[in-house]
Amino acid sequence: MSTTAVDHAHDHSHDHAHDHPHGFRRWLFATNHKDIGSLYLWFAFTMLLSGGVLALMIRSELFQPGLQLMQPEFFNQLTTMHGLIMVFGAIMPAFVGFANWMIPLQIGASDMAFARMNNFSFWLMPPAALLLIASFWVPGGATAAGWTLYAPLSTQMGPGMDMAIFAVHIMGASSIMGSINIITTILNMRAPGMTLMKMPMFCWTWLITAYLLIAVMPVLAGAITMTLTDRHFGTSFFNAAGGGDPVMYQHIFWFFGHPEVYIMILPAFGIVSQIVPAFARKPLFGYASMVYATASIAILSFIVWAHHMFTTGMPVTAQLFFMYATMLISVPTGVKVFNWIATMWKGSMTFETPMLFAIGFIFVFTMGGFTGLILAVTPIDIQLQDTYYVVAHFHYVLVAGSLFALFAGYYYWGPKWTGFMYNETRGKIHFWGSLIAFNVTFFPMHFLGLAGMPRRYADYPAQFTDFNMVATIGAFWFGLMQVYFILAVVLPSIKGGKPAAAKPWDGAEGLEWTVPSPAPFHTFEEPPVFK
Amino acid sequence: AGEVKDIQGGPAVLQTNLQPPVTQIAQQIYSLHNLMLIICLVIFVAVFGVMFYSIFKHRKSLGHKAASFHESTSVEIAWTVVPFIIVIGMALPATRTVVAMKDTSNADITIKATGMQWKWGYDYLKGDGEGISFLSTLKTPRTQVGSPGVAPTEARSDTYLLEVDNEVHVPVNKKVRIITTANDVIHSWTIPAFGVKQDAIPGFVRDTWFKAEKEGTYRGQCVELCGKEHAFMPIVVVVESEEKYKAWVDGKKKEMAAKADDPNKVWTVDELKQRGEKVYTANCVACHQANGKGVPGAFPALDGSAVVAGPKADQIHLVLNGKGGMPSWKATLSDTEIAAAITYTRNNWSNKSAENIVQPAEVLAARK
Amino acid sequence: MSSQHAKAPYYFVPGPSKWPVLAGASLLVTMLGAAGWVNSVPGANIINIVGIVLTLVVLYFWFGDAIKESEGGLYSPRIDVSYRWSMSWFIFSEVMFFGAFFGALFYARSISMPWLADLDHKVLWPDFAAHWGNTGPAGTIEAFKAMGPFPIPTINTALLLTSGVTLTISHHALREGHRAKTAFWLFATIVLGAVFMGFQMFEYYHAYHELNLKLTSGIYGSTFFLLTGFHGFHVTMGAIMLAVVLRRVLKGHFTPEHHFAFEGAAWYWHFVDVVWLGLYVVVYWL
Ligand code: HEA
Ligand code: HEA
Ligand code: CUA
Ligand SMILES: [Cu+2]
Repeated sequence: MSTTAVDHAHDHSHDHAHDHPHGFRRWLFATNHKDIGSLYLWFAFTMLLSGGVLALMIRSELFQPGLQLMQPEFFNQLTTMHGLIMVFGAIMPAFVGFANWMIPLQIGASDMAFARMNNFSFWLMPPAALLLIASFWVPGGATAAGWTLYAPLSTQMGPGMDMAIFAVHIMGASSIMGSINIITTILNMRAPGMTLMKMPMFCWTWLITAYLLIAVMPVLAGAITMTLTDRHFGTSFFNAAGGGDPVMYQHIFWFFGHPEVYIMILPAFGIVSQIVPAFARKPLFGYASMVYATASIAILSFIVWAHHMFTTGMPVTAQLFFMYATMLISVPTGVKVFNWIATMWKGSMTFETPMLFAIGFIFVFTMGGFTGLILAVTPIDIQLQDTYYVVAHFHYVLVAGSLFALFAGYYYWGPKWTGFMYNETRGKIHFWGSLIAFNVTFFPMHFLGLAGMPRRYADYPAQFTDFNMVATIGAFWFGLMQVYFILAVVLPSIKGGKPAAAKPWDGAEGLEWTVPSPAPFHTFEEPPVFK
Repeated sequence: AGEVKDIQGGPAVLQTNLQPPVTQIAQQIYSLHNLMLIICLVIFVAVFGVMFYSIFKHRKSLGHKAASFHESTSVEIAWTVVPFIIVIGMALPATRTVVAMKDTSNADITIKATGMQWKWGYDYLKGDGEGISFLSTLKTPRTQVGSPGVAPTEARSDTYLLEVDNEVHVPVNKKVRIITTANDVIHSWTIPAFGVKQDAIPGFVRDTWFKAEKEGTYRGQCVELCGKEHAFMPIVVVVESEEKYKAWVDGKKKEMAAKADDPNKVWTVDELKQRGEKVYTANCVACHQANGKGVPGAFPALDGSAVVAGPKADQIHLVLNGKGGMPSWKATLSDTEIAAAITYTRNNWSNKSAENIVQPAEVLAARK
Repeated sequence: MSSQHAKAPYYFVPGPSKWPVLAGASLLVTMLGAAGWVNSVPGANIINIVGIVLTLVVLYFWFGDAIKESEGGLYSPRIDVSYRWSMSWFIFSEVMFFGAFFGALFYARSISMPWLADLDHKVLWPDFAAHWGNTGPAGTIEAFKAMGPFPIPTINTALLLTSGVTLTISHHALREGHRAKTAFWLFATIVLGAVFMGFQMFEYYHAYHELNLKLTSGIYGSTFFLLTGFHGFHVTMGAIMLAVVLRRVLKGHFTPEHHFAFEGAAWYWHFVDVVWLGLYVVVYWL
């Protein structure tokens, strides 16, 4: 109320229009959605490399039967932390990075609705990562209970488990605030004329993803809070001796966990839905059905969780219900696949790297979808649950799905971010190398799983050796391709290269292409009018 | 890997499909999986045939001009309804199998399988062999496994990690109901060739069943992450003819009678130490190590431990009931075995505990 | 201050701010401390408390900035809408958080308990009988008495319901521009909340010392204390929000048209109220 307050506040608005902060202030104190988006992307890529190094350690131990490099307890820590870091540290933040960069640009907003809270969401991630990674060095090491942190194994863990719990709490808070920001931005800050049904698909998929996040992250927080009190305060949530139930943990976890996997794929669908029309030079086929399909997937995702629990033993009616509901999800997902192909049909296609990754996504993700469908069939799942077949399934949807879509998005929007075109040849090398190495790594895992090799195994019967060797070789090759990506593609195109036009793709549409490349620090301070 | 040979009832080298089924259920699963695979492949080829046709024909470099259509309600309804029908078609045959798998009634033999870190305990509850009970642990010696920096000193057998000291025996063509439970964390009991997999949940019982139609030895492994030795607690079931099974039952019963210790027998320190070393090696070394030094940060040392040096009642209580990572041994070890193991720790390494002997009767008393 | 809206930018975006990163760092300290504390690392409890205090201090300055911007007339009506969306969805996420614990209670009572007592489980627990408030099948839990709805929970229900009414009176007064009346009823609301917490504390005392009902009393104690405890924590948070709003009312902030901070805190309070009604029925009566 005092005049100074007004002046001070006035300064802020002044800042915003003209000040372009430099140095560490720019990144630490960022309120600019583009800077925060970049922070998220760099963070996520670092985590991808860290999680990837853990994966390579896993694969090295599994190159041969026997224990060569590590004790099983450390192996289990690697598996657990690989899962946690990839899911919460790499894939989710990478999509939030895309949301930060692109949603305001796509809907013609000047920034995210809550710029400071946006920065807070980001600056919760490094502390969480620190807690997770530091837990390797506390007595007993990191938690080794699997990324699902099943009770009562999680009750046996050392202090590393508590650090993981608190890290997940923080990341959950970050996701919830991030989602609230995204929902508010999309609902409240679209340019005049942009109705919801005219909004770009990427915004739609993120809107729905954000709803999934605020619905399930608190549930995960609840589950691990119960784990914490069981560990230290003598409660009996997951302890039958006191009237609790270990399986209850699984129900609560998977109520979060299954929507979580769609949280990691819906924004990927959004990215692909932007890219395919751009390079087919033809509008997205079935826009409305695409929106409805996304919403159906999200809604169905709340009633299928127990397909992860068929072997826990549940009444036959429950098994049947969850089997049917799970299989139903194929229908809206199929609609999406068909729509993409119909978009390509009779287009005028070119195959720059974004399009290659998008097509690679559709092709390989569908394989992962089909193995998911096979797992959804209860009797088959009972045979395959907790084997490498499941590992193959989820890497098909997560690596060739989410990660490939992220690469596609990077090649597509990167020029808008950096102002420079990447090197097309190198992009193509990255694509083909990754695609082939990916399949070399993960395809043999289907066979291993069918033959009965259990997952989370530090050592295995010698009959499984050959396919494991192939997988390990593929994994190193795949890892090298990602090092190539950062060194030969990303870094050069930040420093220089062919300057990118405002709209480098002739078939692309959307407000993001109406601003220059690189996108200026402030865009759309006065909202554009959307036709 | 060249030297490894296939084993009957386990995985084969370069195997690319499910293990050969030996029960009706496994057979149904096998066919269901083939059916699903074929349907999915057909859809896959059809869908991506269209996509690749488009990719090759409708490209700009061929001068193809983009059409502008972007919706068609009838097409969209079609490709919603058709997959829906296909999915229903897939679910129906599966339903039959689900119902059959769940029907555990009218079993000829009931066996309780208890998962423990890291072995299985079996109790024959009903039917032929009732009363038999034994533990089943990995037989593969660590000299075949090796450890970081230490190469294995022994060649790996074909049943590497798939062999146990005490197999479960069952008669062929009899319905066997398996009840699973666990002592510490969740484990999971499976035999792939039977199409059976059931989690073993501490404090709860679950059940499953099988009726093996072919004699032989069938192998599975614990399939729920249960801690460090998760990969080292296999499951082996021998399916044999009625006569052989009877003979096995008789032998087992005699063996058990011979082994049963009288908990009221009074032992000397040396006798207990001798027995205790065996118990220790079989059950405790995995964590506390042969040298009694434990694993710093993870498993406490017993050499120089305050508990081992302190009042014996506390140690008995701890061994019986467990604490934190230490499992409860109440159900796994007999009074004599516990007394022997404790006595061994109290007199071994540098330990010279004041109360240096524990008699089985004391353990028995502490159980109450 | 609504006159200042004319000056407000289309959508005010704050410039660089040090608070978010500092809040992140404070939370890191908090969580490190907490992780040490639960493992009895000496001194970790102090680190934990320092972290919490730092976080609160940072939030104080952060919200201070936001309040200044608001009072400085920088917030256009569109920002007001943003706050409304965000508060609603935040409350939704809180509902889901409580959902996890209500779900646990439901599952434990309606699924696990009958299961533990069924015929198959006689193998493990021959003597276990399914009645809510049991001491667990293993008999390792000390006997305790379950908490009934009388008298404290019922008094507390009345208190919270009344507080909802007083808060609404206060809101009406604000909308009509009666500042003193606003402040009075708001104050009354906070007092009712504080009395509620007092009773709850007394109830816990009673539980521990007279009923032998503890956090360690099996699944009953677990669900009872976590549900009511998290609710109590939320009441406290709500009361703090209302106290901040009261301070702002006394400082002359808000106008009859423009007072979302008040409304947001009020929504939160009503949400806490509704959760209580759920608890009252599910935890105390059923
Ligand atoms: C991005 C992540 C992602 C996605 C999108 C999916 C998608 C699906 N998943 Fe997957 N899943 C995981 C990530 C994901 N999953 C993870 C991480 C795990 C393991 C967790 C753990 O235990 O650690 C897992 C495990 C898992 C299991 C449990 C396995 C087990 O542990 O025993 C099951 C079982 O039902 C399952 C099913 C499905 C199904 C039916 C889909 C469907 O959504 C797929 C739908 C898609 C298609 C079917 C293809 C396209 C459709 C068409 C071309 C139309 C025509 C098709 C027909 C008519 C059939 N998944
Ligand atoms: C979410 C995404 C995600 C991603 C991207 C990946 C990526 C990979 N994953 Fe993983 N994975 C999971 C999610 C993911 N995974 C989950 C959820 C589990 C289950 C965990 C559990 O069971 O609890 C799992 C489990 C899992 C297992 C099973 C472990 C077990 O059961 O014991 C294996 C085994 O091969 C594996 C392998 C790999 C490999 C080889 C990659 C490769 O794609 C990785 C590629 C490698 C790199 C990107 C690294 C590149 C870096 C270098 C070459 C070094 C350079 C270093 C510097 C510059 C510092 N993963
Ligand atoms: Cu027992 Cu895994
Ligand atoms: Cu799922």
